[in-house]
Amino acid sequence: MSLHRSTLAQLSAKLAAKEVSSVELTRHYLARIEAWQPSLNAFITVDAQKSLAQAKSADERIAKGNAAPLTGIPVAHKDLFCAKGWRTTCGSKILSNFIAPYDAHVIEQFDRAGAVLLGKTNMDEFAMGSSNENSAFGPVRNPWDLQAVPGGSSGGSAAAVAAMLAPAATGTDTGGSIRQPASFTGVSGLRPTYGRVSRYGMVAFASSLDQGGVLARTAQDMALVLSVMAGFDERDSTCMDRPTDDYAAGLGKGVKGLRIGVPREYFASGLSQDVAAPIQAAIEEYQRLGATVVEVSLPNQALSVPVYYVLAPAEASSNLSRYDGVRYGHRADQPGDLMQLYKRSRAEGFGPEVKRRIMIGAYVLSHGYYDAYYLKAQKIRRLIARDFAQAFEQCDVIMGPSAPSVAYDLGSKTTDPVQMYLDDLYTIPINLAGLPGMSIPCGFGDKARPVGLQIVGNYFDESRMLSVAHAFQQATDWHTRMPGGFE
Amino acid sequence: MTWEVVIGLETHTQLTTASKIFSGASTQFGAAPNTQASAVDLAMPGTLPVLNKGAVERAIRFGLAVGGRIAATSIFARKNYFYPDLPKGYQISQFELPVVVGGSLAFMVGDEERRVNLTRAHLEEDAGKLLHEEFHGKSGVDLNRAGTPLLEIVSEPEMRSALEAVAYAKALHSLVRWIGICDGNMQEGSFRCDANVSVRKPGAPLGTRCEIKNLNSFRFLERAIEYEVRRQVELIEDGGKVVQETRLYDPDAGETRAMRSKEDAQDYRYFPDPDLLPLAITPEWIETVKAAMPELPEKLRHAFMEELSLTAYDAALLTESREKSGYFQAVRASTSAAPKMVANWINGDVSALLNDWGLDYSNSPVSAQALAKLLGRIHDGTISGKAAKEVLHAMADGEGDADAVIEKRGLKQMSDSGAIESAIDQVLAANAKQVDDYRAGKERAFNSLVGQVMKATKGQANPAQVNEILRRKLAG
Repeated sequence: MSLHRSTLAQLSAKLAAKEVSSVELTRHYLARIEAWQPSLNAFITVDAQKSLAQAKSADERIAKGNAAPLTGIPVAHKDLFCAKGWRTTCGSKILSNFIAPYDAHVIEQFDRAGAVLLGKTNMDEFAMGSSNENSAFGPVRNPWDLQAVPGGSSGGSAAAVAAMLAPAATGTDTGGSIRQPASFTGVSGLRPTYGRVSRYGMVAFASSLDQGGVLARTAQDMALVLSVMAGFDERDSTCMDRPTDDYAAGLGKGVKGLRIGVPREYFASGLSQDVAAPIQAAIEEYQRLGATVVEVSLPNQALSVPVYYVLAPAEASSNLSRYDGVRYGHRADQPGDLMQLYKRSRAEGFGPEVKRRIMIGAYVLSHGYYDAYYLKAQKIRRLIARDFAQAFEQCDVIMGPSAPSVAYDLGSKTTDPVQMYLDDLYTIPINLAGLPGMSIPCGFGDKARPVGLQIVGNYFDESRMLSVAHAFQQATDWHTRMPGGFE
Repeated sequence: MTWEVVIGLETHTQLTTASKIFSGASTQFGAAPNTQASAVDLAMPGTLPVLNKGAVERAIRFGLAVGGRIAATSIFARKNYFYPDLPKGYQISQFELPVVVGGSLAFMVGDEERRVNLTRAHLEEDAGKLLHEEFHGKSGVDLNRAGTPLLEIVSEPEMRSALEAVAYAKALHSLVRWIGICDGNMQEGSFRCDANVSVRKPGAPLGTRCEIKNLNSFRFLERAIEYEVRRQVELIEDGGKVVQETRLYDPDAGETRAMRSKEDAQDYRYFPDPDLLPLAITPEWIETVKAAMPELPEKLRHAFMEELSLTAYDAALLTESREKSGYFQAVRASTSAAPKMVANWINGDVSALLNDWGLDYSNSPVSAQALAKLLGRIHDGTISGKAAKEVLHAMADGEGDADAVIEKRGLKQMSDSGAIESAIDQVLAANAKQVDDYRAGKERAFNSLVGQVMKATKGQANPAQVNEILRRKLAG
C-alpha cells in the first residue's frame, strides 16, 4: 500500500472519494511509526486508541458530507503543543509526567477541522537546540542517513514527515527550529509571521520569537495546514486580529515579475560550496520561470546570533521558572526544605543545554548587566528588522540557504555549543524581525544529504511565499525525492 | 534638637473587577482553596496572560481622581523570583513605565489641610497564599488570590508623623472606595500599606529608611510607625546606625522585626513581559472614563465649607464616604433645617447609631427622607432636640416615621402658653423658697424651677417657652 507516498492533498481527495477511510489511513501511519520508531525515535508519545477514536469520528463526519480538507488526515504534533489528556513533555524530564489539562489553540483548530492527532513528536528539550540531540527521550535520526542529525528543534516532526510517518506535522520556530530541520531532512517547512498563529497552549521557549508552523512535503500541503492553524485567538495578546488568506486558492499565481532579493552577505564566508551550488541553481530556476534577482544588503545580519543568544535565553530563564516541582512535573524525592525542592527538582529535571541557557538568561537580565546585554540586544534587534524593511523596498521575497551546511553526524558538534549556535546564522534574523520564513528542498550536498532553499517573505505575506514555493515544486522534483528504505 | 520623621507609603489596593487581571477566573473572596484558579493562574505550561480592561479602567479613574498623568503607553514587566505562592516564578507588574505618574492627595489632619504628592500608581497581579496550619509540617498553596488585580499607589516621602500617615491612608482608603475601584475591606487584605520610615535632623539629607511591610489596619500602621521611629531614634542616639531593611510589624508584641536586609535583597531581573503588548490608553478612553466619574470628595468638602459655611472638620467628616455625603445632600434637599444642624445630626447621632448597628450610609435603617422629617419636627418646635434622639432610635427600630413615633410616645412639646402658665403657677405656689432665692439673686434657683415645670409637664413643655414665661412671672 502506497498511501504514505501520497501528499496530504492527495489523501484528502482519497478520503473524500471514500477510497480510504480515516481509520485505515490512521492505522497505516501508526504501523509505520511503530516500525520505524526504533531506528528514528521521531515520536515521544503515540496513543493508537485515542487517534483511532478521532479517526472514527472523522469518518462519520465524512459520511455525513460535511468534511473539511483536513478531516480524517492524521497530523503529528511537536510535543510542546498541549493536547488535553495527552502527555506533553517538551522533550524534558521535568515534564515527563505532565498530562495537559487543556488544548492549545492550534490543537483546537485541528480538532475543529476534523484532523486526527497521530502522536507527539520528539524535539530538543524546550525547543533549545539545532540537532535534536538535546532531548530527554534520546536523539532523533535523519531518515536520509541514520548517522546524521535531523536538525532541531522540531527534529521529530521533520524526520516523521521525511520518513512518511505522517503526511504533515506541526513545529515551532524560535530561531530556525522548523526551517533548519526541514532543510536537513528534505521536507518543506513554514514558520509564519509572528502573531499569525496563536501561541496559546504552545509551551514557551522565548515568547517574543516563538511561532508555530508546519512541516509537510509540498507547498500545497503546507497551505492546507496553515489555513487550519492561522487566525486570531484572543487568548494570545500577541496574536494579530487580521483575516487569514485562502492559502490553497492562492497557490497558482506563478513567479513572473517576482523580484527575488539575494543578500550579498549570504554567500560570504562560512557557506559550504555543496550548499551554495544547489541554492544558486534554485535561484537560476526561478529566473527561468520569470523572476528577476536583485542584490540586497542586510548589514546587521552578522550580529543576529549574539543578539539572539542574549534575548532568547533571557526570556527562557523567566519562562522556565514555573517548572519548580510545586504544582506539576518532576519533583525531587524527599526535599529537606523549600530551597532543596527547587534546586533538586530543577537540577534533576532540566538537561545541560536548558541549564546553560537559563544561566545565560539570568546573567544578562541581572542588575548591572541588563543595559549592556539585554537592552543593547533589543536595540540591535530593531536595526536587524530595519534592514529587512529596507530590503523589502526593493524585492518581494528574499532567498538564500536555510543552513550553512547539510546535516552533520550525530555527536559531531555536541562538544562545542557556540559552534552549533553559529549555524543558526541564516534563520535567526527572520525570528528577530518577526518575519515569515520557509525552507523547501532544492537539491543535495555532501554525502547526498538534502539542502534547503530559504524563502523569506514580508509580514503576513505567507500566501505569496507559498505560491512562490509551489511554482518551484511544479517545475522541479526535489520535493518528491524520498529517503531510501522508507518508500 | 528634635528629630524629623520622614514617611512614605506604598499602598496595595485590590481592584473591584469581577475577574482577575490576566485570566477569567473569579476574584470573589473566601472560596475553597484553588477553586478560583484557572490554568493561567496555575501557570500551566503554554498559558498566556490577557489583560483585563476593567483593571485599566480603574487605574484611569484613580489617575483622574488624584490629578496624575495617565501614561499613553505603559509597560508590563516581569519581576522574577521563586516562591510557592508565585506560580509562574515571576509577578507581572509595571516597572519603568507605570500607568499613572504623579498626582496628589489632600486630606485633613485635625483642622489643617495637608497635601501629599504621589510618585506613581501601577497595575500588578497579587500572589497566592500559603497555608501553614493543618498540613502537619508541610505547607499548602492556595492560588485563589493569585492574579487578583492590584493598583500599587506610591506616595512621595512627605509625611512627617504617624498621625499624618494614618490621615493620608484614611483619605486614600476613602478615595478608592469613593471612586469605586476598591472595596477597602482591610480584613480581607483589599487595602494594605507598606510604610517607608526614616528619621533625620531637620534640614539634613534623608536618613536610611526601613520598610515595614503589609500593615492591614490603620491602628497597626500608626503603632508600627511610632515604634519604628522610636527604634531608629534610640539606635542613632546610642551611637548606632540604621540599616536599610525590610521589617514586619508584630501586633501582639507591638514591635517591628527585621525580615531581610538590603544585602539579602533579591535581584528581580525585571524585563518587559513579551507576552503582553505595551498598554496603550487613548485620550478618548480617558474622556469616556472621566465622563462617568463621580464628584470628588475634595471638591465637595470645599463646597460644603464655602457654600454651607460648615467648618473644615464637619465638611471632612461628611465627605468620609460617598454614601455619607450623598446622605447629607439628600437630607438637605428635603428639609429647611440649617446645614450645621443637619451636619451635627449626621456626624453625631446618626453616625453613632450606624456604628452601633455595624451599618453604613448605604444601608441606614433611617433613610435620608425620614431623618429630614425628624429634623423638620425639631425645626417647627413640635419636639425638643432631646426627644428627637429618642425618636431617631425608635425609627431605627422600625416603630414608624417621626410623626408616628412622636404621637405614639406622646413626645409632642406643650406649646400652649395657657397650659404652660398654669403649670408654672402651680410650681411657683408650691416652691416659695426657690422663688425667694431667685429674687435674692440666686440664678441656680431658676434652673431648679425650670426643672420642676418640665417635670410637671412630663418634659413636654417647650423649654424656650417655659424660660420666657417663668422669667416674666418672676420679674412681675
